[in-house]
Amino acid sequence: MLELITFAVLSAVILVSAILVITRRNAVHSVMWLIVALFGVGGIYLLQHAEFLFAVQIILYVGGIMVLFLFVVMLVNLDVAVKQARFARHWQVALLTAVLLVAQLGYALYNHGQGLNLPGHPLVSAPAGNTQAVGMALYQNYMLPVEIASLLLLVAMVGAVIMAKRKLE
Amino acid sequence: MIPTEYYIFLGSGLFTIGVIGVLTRRNVLIILMSIELILNAVNINLVALSQYFRSVDGQVFAIFVITDAAAEAAVGLGLIIAFFRNKETVNADEIDLLKW
Repeated sequence: MLELITFAVLSAVILVSAILVITRRNAVHSVMWLIVALFGVGGIYLLQHAEFLFAVQIILYVGGIMVLFLFVVMLVNLDVAVKQARFARHWQVALLTAVLLVAQLGYALYNHGQGLNLPGHPLVSAPAGNTQAVGMALYQNYMLPVEIASLLLLVAMVGAVIMAKRKLE
Repeated sequence: MIPTEYYIFLGSGLFTIGVIGVLTRRNVLIILMSIELILNAVNINLVALSQYFRSVDGQVFAIFVITDAAAEAAVGLGLIIAFFRNKETVNADEIDLLKW
């Protein structure tokens, strides 16, 4: 019961702050609400006993990516953007597309009138030692993907430096 | 014990909000933030199903998604800075240098 209340509160926080992210006029406010939403998602991970992912979410997302966002928001000037129209001219078409997406998702989720129809066993208890299990999986079964991901990060780093630096002389 | 369906409903709600943000906003920065929302919705689903099947594979995949989000944010923000230096705007509908 307590778990369900926690889940409801976290979902409300996530959804409300996500809506605030996409409706605020000032981009700094959007960043702040996105941080709230990311903390909520971290709480969802904790609720599912994914402790390692919770730590990664806080350190990497909130501590790394959002600080990067905040820096860039401060670098591009906001004073002009705050006075301009928030939404693109084609927002009616976009909203129609979104409504279609919602209808499609709802149809898919309630297709047989019995929810998702997940197969098999309900979870009885969470496996202990989440960080150890994730580390074992990362460095044994997923060795090659980890290396490829590190290569991806290297490419992204070089790409970001080349994009953001001034013209080559 | 919370049913796995609830997590998937939460994930699809967050995904939809992210898609609406990507389609309707003009500010490129907020479009990038909406993409982060979408990636988080995917992660919620991955973690929920990984718990359901009692396997850590989904969580490992979520870590790869977060890696990807970091790379995407770095390159995207670099692009925004480069563009802002040239055209003094961050509005998506004014980015038309390739339009003939």
